[in-house]
Amino acid sequence: MNDADPQHGPDRTIVLEARGVSKRFGAVLALDEVSCTVRSGEVLAVVGENGAGKSTLMKILSGVHEPDGGELRFEGRPTRMRSVRHAQDLGVSLVHQELNLAENLDVAANIVLGREPRRLGMLDGRAASRIADDALRKVGLSISPRTPVASLGVGSRQLVEIAKSIAADARVLILDEPTASLSKAEADRLVELVSQLRQGGTAVVLISHRLDEVLRMADRIVVLRDGRQRGELDRSEATREKIVSLMVGRDVEAVERRPIESGPVRLALKDLRSDAHPRHAVDLEIRGGEVVGLAGLVGSGRTELLETIFGVRRARAGVVEIEGVRLPPGDPRTAVARGVALVPEDRGRHGLFLPDPIRLNFAMASLADHSRGGVLSFQAIRRLADRLAEDLHLRPPDHARAAGTLSGGNQQKVVLGRWIARSPKVLLLDEPTRGVDVGARAEIHAIVRDLAAKGCAVLFASSELDEVLSLADRIVCLREGEITGDLDAADAGEEAVMARLVAEQVA
Amino acid sequence: MKKALGMLVLLVVVAALTSLAGEGFLSAYNLENLCRRTALFGILAIGAGLVIMAGGIDLSTGSVVCLSGCLLPWLLVEQGWSEPAAVATVLGSGIAIGLFQGGLVAWGRLQPFLVTLCGLLFYRGVARGFTADQTQGFQGGYDGLRTLATGRIPIPGLTDLEAFDGPAAFAIPAPVVSLVAIVVLAAFLLRFTVWGRWLLATGRNPEAAAYSGVPVRWVTLSAFVSGAALSAYGGMLFVLDVGSAQPADFGNFYELYAIAAAVLGGCSLRGGEGSVVGIVVGAALLQVLRNTITLVEWIPDNLEYAVLGAVILVGVLADELVRRYSRRRGRRLAEDRTSEA
Repeated sequence: MNDADPQHGPDRTIVLEARGVSKRFGAVLALDEVSCTVRSGEVLAVVGENGAGKSTLMKILSGVHEPDGGELRFEGRPTRMRSVRHAQDLGVSLVHQELNLAENLDVAANIVLGREPRRLGMLDGRAASRIADDALRKVGLSISPRTPVASLGVGSRQLVEIAKSIAADARVLILDEPTASLSKAEADRLVELVSQLRQGGTAVVLISHRLDEVLRMADRIVVLRDGRQRGELDRSEATREKIVSLMVGRDVEAVERRPIESGPVRLALKDLRSDAHPRHAVDLEIRGGEVVGLAGLVGSGRTELLETIFGVRRARAGVVEIEGVRLPPGDPRTAVARGVALVPEDRGRHGLFLPDPIRLNFAMASLADHSRGGVLSFQAIRRLADRLAEDLHLRPPDHARAAGTLSGGNQQKVVLGRWIARSPKVLLLDEPTRGVDVGARAEIHAIVRDLAAKGCAVLFASSELDEVLSLADRIVCLREGEITGDLDAADAGEEAVMARLVAEQVA
Repeated sequence: MKKALGMLVLLVVVAALTSLAGEGFLSAYNLENLCRRTALFGILAIGAGLVIMAGGIDLSTGSVVCLSGCLLPWLLVEQGWSEPAAVATVLGSGIAIGLFQGGLVAWGRLQPFLVTLCGLLFYRGVARGFTADQTQGFQGGYDGLRTLATGRIPIPGLTDLEAFDGPAAFAIPAPVVSLVAIVVLAAFLLRFTVWGRWLLATGRNPEAAAYSGVPVRWVTLSAFVSGAALSAYGGMLFVLDVGSAQPADFGNFYELYAIAAAVLGGCSLRGGEGSVVGIVVGAALLQVLRNTITLVEWIPDNLEYAVLGAVILVGVLADELVRRYSRRRGRRLAEDRTSEA
């Protein structure tokens, strides 16, 4: 990367610019007057902690959300990005963290999706293949356009997504955590591709919380914290320390972590095989008071393992024991009755009854405890909701509102509250702070630690190493359904965990 | 509940317009008939509504009405069974149908639409089969049992007892008693019991319900059983009322009246919401509309289905527009509040 001076080259024109952009979601100000410029032939990195506003900024740049304040300029002219489609027509394309490919179609169909070449009004398959072939070559992926997407790994899918943007003549390519779920070799390939695109004049916006990657790839770095812009660094002046201090903006508080008490074994997995990775058996014991972090990349089977324990997914083989007593497989109802709780990854789909009042959402798993002879006691439900809303610092605390009106963090508190109402013995959490702002994240962590202190065994899965390292007493590493490490969090470093998550070598 | 109120206003407006534009709407005879029909269809609609609230749909209502409507006189007259045995068998067959359909949906994971569509064909086919397509009637007997549907309860001080059997006297038709009992029971179960919450939660978000430990399958089963049992009971009342059933067309299209009443009364086909009182208002509105078409001379009777279809569509559309408007207003209010804070 010794091509001229990155900022002052003649063709580094500003393609896309955000000026004082703000965005509010309900009570949360996600972005507060943020400005940035995106130039052709340049990589702009946007970094920040979870909930700092990175994703919101990307969604505004790519037409998913419209800003509440400020303006966007495209090629110097004020522009309203009315929709994703509109942004794509202008040449702004977002490659989403959770890939958005149609798995039932082949690679070519995905690459031309929405802009299918036509001949005499009919789909022109040959032209589609040609377009796809061309784009695949540019991203350096040597597969046939006829390959079904379902048969591709995560790394290849990422490249197909980028190929799709290239085929749409993207001038601005926004990559949201592109390497989060890639192996080392795949990530290197992606870094190489980005540098090629940049030299070809494409503007690249990169969101990542892997700082080494950012330092390697970016020409400029914008740091966000709590929705505000905290600084913009040139590649020549950027160091890891500078970025971190801007990102955090305070001393990183050491999480209070008690030494692991050996309470009784609450949860034991014996030779458990989930249907996602039936080749690998999982053996694990968790004691009361322990907080165990389940670390793993996308596809490692974290969610599947938790769902198998809870019983919403049927185990292929093996045993789940709660306090030494075997749970019947595939029976969440018995699991709940025995004191197991699951906070699912997808709150909206598996967790909440969004249009219903918060208090009903709180009481949903403990209706039998709040009734007499099958007849509900509304007074008892209201008392429960009053107590939970206060204990969990629910904002706003009015539990007659619909659950759907709450912010992500408060919605998560409602799901947690539902289980607190049952005083669980085993608490399973899947991505406990996904889509949750920084403040609520700390609160949720405190709630989880508090439950553990009361003797609950906690097993949580997270794709964020920061979270695993800061919340867990013990870290269990999962790779393709296999436990590849069981570490004491006190002396486990990020590298030690990462090395156990990533496959050694990719062919 | 707000929706039920809106429908009630619409009901009053349609009734007022009909009484102005047509002859005899407010006559005692007509009003009593309207009440009777509303009660009979209301019972079916509550059954349909419970299934819809649980996130399902029951297309078999009309055929279950036909089956029980033919089965009752057939057992009594042709087979010479005793009244209690025949009634128990008819209701039992309804429950069995519910168990069968609900079981296929809950454990067989089949779509309710398909299961009950097959039911719609199957039960009518069975009814036409065992009766050899012959009309089944009570042949002038069983007046005691028939009082359940044909009985009239005088209102003290209002009903003209001198002319009680004439068209000028208004009395409460017996099916209304059944309807009120069912409304009270269903509304209580739905609003005040754990089962009711489970039913609505299952309809709202079956996955989240399962993740909360709700016995989703049993709840689904119970909804289908309630639906089919009410259809069977309704079918029994229908045949007791008219005295005979012709297997080829008895109860034809009744599932659509039942579903339409439930939707007009506030049930969302997405499941998870609805009120029993609203459903009864919806059923009443449909019966008044049918009455309007008969009484108002310039509306050709042949247009009945077209008028019903149009009115239901307008009702559903108006409701959706109101909902969107209030949601938008609610959001704006919430934003104002946060910006003040």
